[in-house]
Amino acid sequence: MQATRDFSHYVKHLGSGLAHIDLAVEGVSCAGCMSKIERGLSAIPDVTLARVNLTDRRVALEWKEGALDPARFIDRLAELGYKAYPFETVSAEAAEVENSRFLLRCLGVAAFATMNVMMLSIPVWSGNVSDMLPEQRDFFHWMSALIALPAAAYAGQPFFRSAFNALRTGNVNMDVPISIGVILALAMSIVETIGHAEHAYFDAAIMLLTFLLVGRYLDQNMRRRTRAVAGNLAALKAETATKFVGPDEISVVPAAAIKAGDMVLLRPGERCAVDGTVIEGRSEIDQSLITGETRHAAVEAGSDVYAGSLNISGALRIRVSAAAEGTLLADIQRLLDHAVQARSRYVQLADRASRLYAPVVHATALLTMIGWLIAGASLHDSIITAIAVLIITCPCALGLAIPTVQTIAAGAMFRAGVLINSGDAIERVAEVGHVIFDKTGTLTLPELDVVNSTAVPADVFELAGRLALASHHPVAAALSRAAGAKSPLPGVTEEPGQGVRGSFGGEEVRLGRPSFCNAEDLAEEILRRDPEASVVAFARGEQRYAFAVRQGLRPDAREVVAALQRRGIAVEILSGDREPAVRAAAETLGIAEWRAGVTPADKIARIEELKRQGVKVMMVGDGLNDAPSLAAAHVSMSPISAAHLSQATADLVFLGKGLAPVIAAVDYSRKALRLMRQNLYLAVGYNFLAVPIAILGFVTPLIAAAAMSGSSILVMLNALRGRRVRQEKV
Amino acid sequence: MEVIAFLVPLALLLGLFGLLGFLWSLKNGQYDDLEGAAWRAISDDDEIPTTEGREPSAAHRHGV
Repeated sequence: MQATRDFSHYVKHLGSGLAHIDLAVEGVSCAGCMSKIERGLSAIPDVTLARVNLTDRRVALEWKEGALDPARFIDRLAELGYKAYPFETVSAEAAEVENSRFLLRCLGVAAFATMNVMMLSIPVWSGNVSDMLPEQRDFFHWMSALIALPAAAYAGQPFFRSAFNALRTGNVNMDVPISIGVILALAMSIVETIGHAEHAYFDAAIMLLTFLLVGRYLDQNMRRRTRAVAGNLAALKAETATKFVGPDEISVVPAAAIKAGDMVLLRPGERCAVDGTVIEGRSEIDQSLITGETRHAAVEAGSDVYAGSLNISGALRIRVSAAAEGTLLADIQRLLDHAVQARSRYVQLADRASRLYAPVVHATALLTMIGWLIAGASLHDSIITAIAVLIITCPCALGLAIPTVQTIAAGAMFRAGVLINSGDAIERVAEVGHVIFDKTGTLTLPELDVVNSTAVPADVFELAGRLALASHHPVAAALSRAAGAKSPLPGVTEEPGQGVRGSFGGEEVRLGRPSFCNAEDLAEEILRRDPEASVVAFARGEQRYAFAVRQGLRPDAREVVAALQRRGIAVEILSGDREPAVRAAAETLGIAEWRAGVTPADKIARIEELKRQGVKVMMVGDGLNDAPSLAAAHVSMSPISAAHLSQATADLVFLGKGLAPVIAAVDYSRKALRLMRQNLYLAVGYNFLAVPIAILGFVTPLIAAAAMSGSSILVMLNALRGRRVRQEKV
Repeated sequence: MEVIAFLVPLALLLGLFGLLGFLWSLKNGQYDDLEGAAWRAISDDDEIPTTEGREPSAAHRHGV
């Protein structure tokens, strides 16, 4: 049965006889990759567009409708050495992109207006101290108004709207003082211009909008980027299923297109994308992603299988049940919902700052006005001074303080192999005092590895590896990978559930279960020493060998655990696996605190217990059984190989074979939080210096402009320091 | 000094052209991949065959 691949679910039809598809591509990192991919894809006839987006790690393709099967692009990219996955833009991401564009448009308008109003303001400032005629000054002020009013009306929309929405629901957010400040400054400037006054604040109002829009845009861009990363991860994980479209006809379709009642085929070595019941076939499945248990479970007709299980030995025909009926997934989902709700109560640093800010600013302005009235100033002068206070306290640097640091830190973490899934994750990682690791797939590598390869002669190892290429069994795959085998032996036959046999140099060679190769004694010896390993036996003529295959610890796990402990962070293992396996890992890594055989609910209970003690917990896990505890923890991290649900729940996702990104995340976040705090102090401090000047009525537009741009630039320069952390040997 | 009445609007008009240019380039998708654009600028390759380095068509950009 040859399966066809059906990607029509992802193809967009552009109408002008062109079809479009977006692919998420793994491993694109440089200009070389970019031109290699674009050249490689453009060489296919009838392709009209092939363009890589390096920021989002995606490629956009357009071709003449009907001339090509999109599966060809994926094959071509595989030939070039890149794994690609069809991509479906979710509406939330499209909305983020649109929002980013709108903010950038506002920023462009505001920046244009600021520059041109400044061009008119500087002559006024210098003219005021020399020989400018009042008519000339009025002309410059009116020109400024002409630019600033429409520009502020357009570029101020993001703030005005948000302030209006907040006020309507009876709240005050950061945008309320901003909107009031800008509108009052503009109104006062018009009144002053009509009255032929010396000072107008058009420049201050529009410059304030410009700086605030920079902060707002960086913030939004960060959100857009995390959304794009999440979207890519979803595409990389987008499971496909082999569906029966006729009695003997199969087609590979996206799992999203599978409905309850469909029949799917699950071949050995494939991961199940659906929940269902086995109708036909007999096999063993690896449920470690779901339960953490590394021992395989036997399945036959009538057994239930869950999404995420890995099929080991025989082909299965499965009837899909509705996902909601899968009791295990439903349980996990319920725990998950609960945990997510609990976490949304976290209040970001920026919000806490702004909650304090608005009442203080408005009270100061009001008191200034009352004070001047009592002191005998005219109503006009008192109002002007109060407005000057509002302008000078407008949180221009405050709006930049946090987004700039976040953007820089996210970039640095990205280069260290950490992808950020949620915007406030940086702040939360920095507060962590306790890290809980899952074992299977997190402390250990998700792939199996041969652990006793040195005990076997090299030529035998290689031969066994070549023989293993004929089997889909994951243990055999691990063997051929470890042996670096490339050329399969000819004429090899597979005996389902037993092993493979062939011949080499006139001798019969066999690879498979110890019993299949008459090597039970060798297997027993290995298992006595290492009860967690899977044994695969190899027979050549009369010679017998046995390979021990197991999940190895990540290469740098020991160093990373030690580095975390040096930073004063407690480390603990909570695993669903059996005791001996967990004990062995904990002892190797030097982790004193560990528990084996824990259920998802137990993990959450442990996290809650730590929470009650006031400890901020980071959960690092990959399995489906970890998803609820990932959501329950203060912050969570998953390897890129994790189950879909876990990755969607995790705040951070890390790439690569090592655990080093965990340390990078902690270091960069701690530094980032420190810089955010410094920036807040800088911004507030600057305002506090300027406020007394404003209250006393000495503020001129020149002082306002200098204070505003000075503090903003200082905050941005400070944020740039987040690019580096002190290098400690991990 | 009457020349100011003529020069100031002229300067603003020139600035406005700059703004329109920015808005056009934004709409044209030129800020969608800043990281890629940074590399493309120093790439040794000439035009890529058949695609002529053109930007994604408008229909696609608004969909994404």
